[in-house]
Amino acid sequence: MSMDKARRGPPPPPPKRGFDWRAAALPSAISAISVLIVFGALGWAITSAEQWPRIKLQFFNLDAMVAAFPRVLQGFWINIQVWLTVLAAILLWSLVLAVIRALRAPWFAPFRLMVVLYIDIFRGVPVLLLVLLFGFGVPALNLPGLPNSGLFWGGVAMVLSYSAYVAEIYRSGIDAVHEGQRAAAKSLGLSEWQTMVHAILPQALRNVVPALMNIVVALQKDVALLSVIGVRDAVREAQIYTATTFNYSSLIVAAGLFLLATIPMARLADYLTRRDRARRLQITA
Amino acid sequence: MTTPRIQIDEVTKYFGDKLVLDRVSLSVNPHEVTCLIGASGSGKSTLLRCVNRLVEHDYGTIRLDGVPVDDPSFGKTGLQRRAGIVFQSYNLFPHMSVLDNITLAPRKVHGTPRAEAEDRGREVLARFAMDRFAQAYPEQLSGGQQQRVAIARALMTKPDVLLLDEITAALDPELVGEVLAIIRGLKDEGMTMMIVTHEMAFAREVADRVAFLDGGLILEDGPPEQIFGAPQEARTRAFLQRIISAGRL
Repeated sequence: MSMDKARRGPPPPPPKRGFDWRAAALPSAISAISVLIVFGALGWAITSAEQWPRIKLQFFNLDAMVAAFPRVLQGFWINIQVWLTVLAAILLWSLVLAVIRALRAPWFAPFRLMVVLYIDIFRGVPVLLLVLLFGFGVPALNLPGLPNSGLFWGGVAMVLSYSAYVAEIYRSGIDAVHEGQRAAAKSLGLSEWQTMVHAILPQALRNVVPALMNIVVALQKDVALLSVIGVRDAVREAQIYTATTFNYSSLIVAAGLFLLATIPMARLADYLTRRDRARRLQITA
Repeated sequence: MTTPRIQIDEVTKYFGDKLVLDRVSLSVNPHEVTCLIGASGSGKSTLLRCVNRLVEHDYGTIRLDGVPVDDPSFGKTGLQRRAGIVFQSYNLFPHMSVLDNITLAPRKVHGTPRAEAEDRGREVLARFAMDRFAQAYPEQLSGGQQQRVAIARALMTKPDVLLLDEITAALDPELVGEVLAIIRGLKDEGMTMMIVTHEMAFAREVADRVAFLDGGLILEDGPPEQIFGAPQEARTRAFLQRIISAGRL
């Protein structure tokens, strides 16, 4: 019997299944039609509103959009610059906070306490409030040797606030590294600091990339908060246009620019999360 | 009379309120292999980890060649250099290649230049037929191969003592043999070892001495013929009976 099996050889691998259009057609058609119905109804409800023609003129005026575009785009460039600068500062500063919190040596106890306090405070106060306090308050102090612009101090407020969250993300990544890794490092004679740098952090950082991507996207939008202290970002420029022309189409332009920037980031975050998941499954398999 | 390589005197350890080691005394002479056996939770792994201070004992003394393990003369890393440990779950660093794993301590802790550390690393790997995996990452290796790398890592600093903590417990049965063969080889070279194991047949073969722990106490210790052939204590007999009925002896 088994001899017979060997002689016949195994059956050939099954033919590769391509995408089956016929099987996919009906479900796709049904979902497409449902989407059309829902959004069609929504669109009809909105456009049939009595005030729609006026709203359309005020918010979706193509001429106004074209006119506002250069200024809003210029403002958006500020958003991008602030976003990248603030992001770099957040990733660094929160890493310092997380590492201090994770070190277990007794002489770090007061620093650990300070970090816990820091995180409690800056997570507890709304970012908008911090931006207002720092953006208006600190420049008034006229601190010697430090910039006096609202942009700078508003950015500092964003860094302080976001770092509290990101430090906790890092910490979850550090905590997720298996205890056996610490034991191995310690048994090899690595100091606590060397253990952190060579054994724990490289693994922790890889663990938290998906969670960090989420923060990166959120931060990209929150930079717009700086408009409240007079930073001429995309939102501020759009408001200025609105104030001079009584037309709100510039806000739609700003919204469009934010979407253009965040949607690719969101897809990148999805991709990284998927890749990370695949990597983990492969390890446990 | 020679000084024992490892001398454990009345060592007591609590985890919180739980007594895990109760005045344990044991000594291991140079080039001797001592196996610690006993049920899970009997304290054998804790005792092993007290020797290289992964766990700090509460009372008693542990001496390495006559010097207490917490003696300042060891400095920060002297004890770790002289007592290597291998874990049940290998605990290799997953983000480093095999070669980086085993040269990390020599390079970062003991100041060996990279080239020199890597030469020695390749040498040790070659001994265990792992040299062609020098650039591989741990997760690309089988359990047996990972454990061989872990043993290589522990041997990099030429320790006087090797502590083995259930190093075959996580392995598929067909991979256990390749790891045990390495331990036999190390015994033949005269390595002093303390081995926590559930492989009774192996303990019987390789051990000069076997200690049976139960509830944090060494209930019985002696040559393997005595422990396995004519155990004095009822609990030792009961433990071995369970092992035999589970088909492990």
